[in-house]
Amino acid sequence: MASLKEQFEIPSKLKTWAYALIGIGVLAFLAGFFKSGLSKDEHEQAIFIGTIMYNTIFWTLVCNAAMFFICVTTLAMGGWQQSFRRIPEAISRMVPIFGSITLVVLLYVAFSGKHEIYHWLDTEAVDKDPILKGKAGFLNLKFFVFWTTLAIGLWSFLGYRMRALSSEADNGAFDNVSGAKFIFQNTVRASMFIAWFGLTVGSTIPWLWMMSITPHWYSTMYSWYTFMSSFVSGMSLIALWVIYMKNKGYLEYTNQEHLHDIGKFMFAFSIFWTYLWFSQYMLIWYANIPEETVYFKSRVQGAYKGIFFFNLIINFLCPLLILMKKDAKRSYTLVTFMAVLILFGHWIDFYQMVMGSISKDYVTLGWLDFGILSLFVGLMILFVAKALASKSLIPKYHPFLKESIIHHT
Amino acid sequence: MAKKKFVVGCFDDEAVLFPAVKKVRTAGYKLHDIYTPFAVHGLDHAMGLRETSLHTAGFIYGITGTTTAISCISWIFTKDWPLNIGGKPHFALPAWIPICFELTVLFAAVGMVLTFCYLCQLAPFVKKHHFHARATDDLFVMVIECTDKTNTDDLKAFLSNSGAIETDLQFAEADWWVGRYDNDEIPFENKQELAA
Repeated sequence: MASLKEQFEIPSKLKTWAYALIGIGVLAFLAGFFKSGLSKDEHEQAIFIGTIMYNTIFWTLVCNAAMFFICVTTLAMGGWQQSFRRIPEAISRMVPIFGSITLVVLLYVAFSGKHEIYHWLDTEAVDKDPILKGKAGFLNLKFFVFWTTLAIGLWSFLGYRMRALSSEADNGAFDNVSGAKFIFQNTVRASMFIAWFGLTVGSTIPWLWMMSITPHWYSTMYSWYTFMSSFVSGMSLIALWVIYMKNKGYLEYTNQEHLHDIGKFMFAFSIFWTYLWFSQYMLIWYANIPEETVYFKSRVQGAYKGIFFFNLIINFLCPLLILMKKDAKRSYTLVTFMAVLILFGHWIDFYQMVMGSISKDYVTLGWLDFGILSLFVGLMILFVAKALASKSLIPKYHPFLKESIIHHT
Repeated sequence: MAKKKFVVGCFDDEAVLFPAVKKVRTAGYKLHDIYTPFAVHGLDHAMGLRETSLHTAGFIYGITGTTTAISCISWIFTKDWPLNIGGKPHFALPAWIPICFELTVLFAAVGMVLTFCYLCQLAPFVKKHHFHARATDDLFVMVIECTDKTNTDDLKAFLSNSGAIETDLQFAEADWWVGRYDNDEIPFENKQELAA
């Protein structure tokens, strides 16, 4: 253990890249703000806000999925993830940061007094609309603000508690009694996070934040679908950081066996995402009820047709065909390529989920989207690197670490 | 169907077995097989077995299933007997996907099971020689095939030195045969034709 590189030093190149991306992002944000944000046209304005909205929601949920991964493997008594568990932990430290951006954006949308994005905020229209009236118990300003704040706050807090417990594995060796107690505490805190995660990401939050942009339409699949999108992207992000750290000579205990398992997650849940995509699509296609098909009208037959099916190709066909072989999941090059592709694919997926409802008639994908994306990628790189540098990279005294070192798939 | 001469070494510990496998291979002996009570991680690698091609076979079976489903349904619904079902187009791909999926899984699963049985030579009434009854219980049984030039006493001593707790020499049928154990031989009685 003597020669382990536990302390991550942020390479200056990485910082330069991060600052450059943030710079591009800020420029794009300002340009968009002056061009569309201040525009008198409410629709132009909604496009600008919507662009920021889907980016920030996407990155919050993706980083939250990293903590979900830690909690799930903890509850499953997994040992294999211990050698690189500090990476998902560092990624999950983005939740408070991206979460506050999301909170600011959503509160702005809620209190701006405009109803272009959330039609159900318009109380006069809701009163005349029997469908929206029936949903008013869930879709109303008070509940939206309360639940959004609570969700982001508790993700951050429960995640923080989980990470704080993980730091105890750096302090000193456990004996049988304290080790068992440590593991038990881990499961307690992990299950608290999972329970809250299920109530929010697994059900209400995607309904509240994204599905309610088309308030007349509903799909019970929607939240699982969104959750799977973010989980696959989260696994890809973890894979990217693991490979980056391996390239820099850190994470000595992590090897192809671990990469293979991360690759399996990326592969399997890409398929599961498609399963949900299809389950949602086929039932609506088959039943052909106008109040349900309204969501797919702009996507399958309208302006978003190309993006909608392109999305299916890169998020389903590519992972299916490329990641199927064992050798592909063990190859650093291919996993890197697929991770970038999957992240991009699910970003596009979030794009069409939000913007396909805000701007039904034409596709808005352009410099603003990629600029805002670069802002979030830059922030992610910078803060995850800082989080990684703030802690030992290996939970040295974790009782399950040995299991991870000898892991064999 | 030919009987061959085998030297059998029994180990009671994985940690002893792995170095012994390595030694046997470097010494140039011909490993017939190793029988273990449970799947031992990495043993296939240590024995130098090639990667199984079962998954490739599975992929081909799966593709066959998809093709069968798609071609069959599309021929029936567009050419042979077109029906108007709920005003949907005749070529109603989304509705077929569950069936294509099921047929893919069915073909892949059945095909892979049969291929697996073929590769392992498992079938009803097919019998193989048991080198040691405790291979199913708690012993790791390494079987080495002898050639004309193999000095069996040397080999036995070599295995004992490598940590085998028990060694013996057996003349046994290397392949499978169809029949019943009680007609041919009783495996658990250790009936062996010992080398002269």
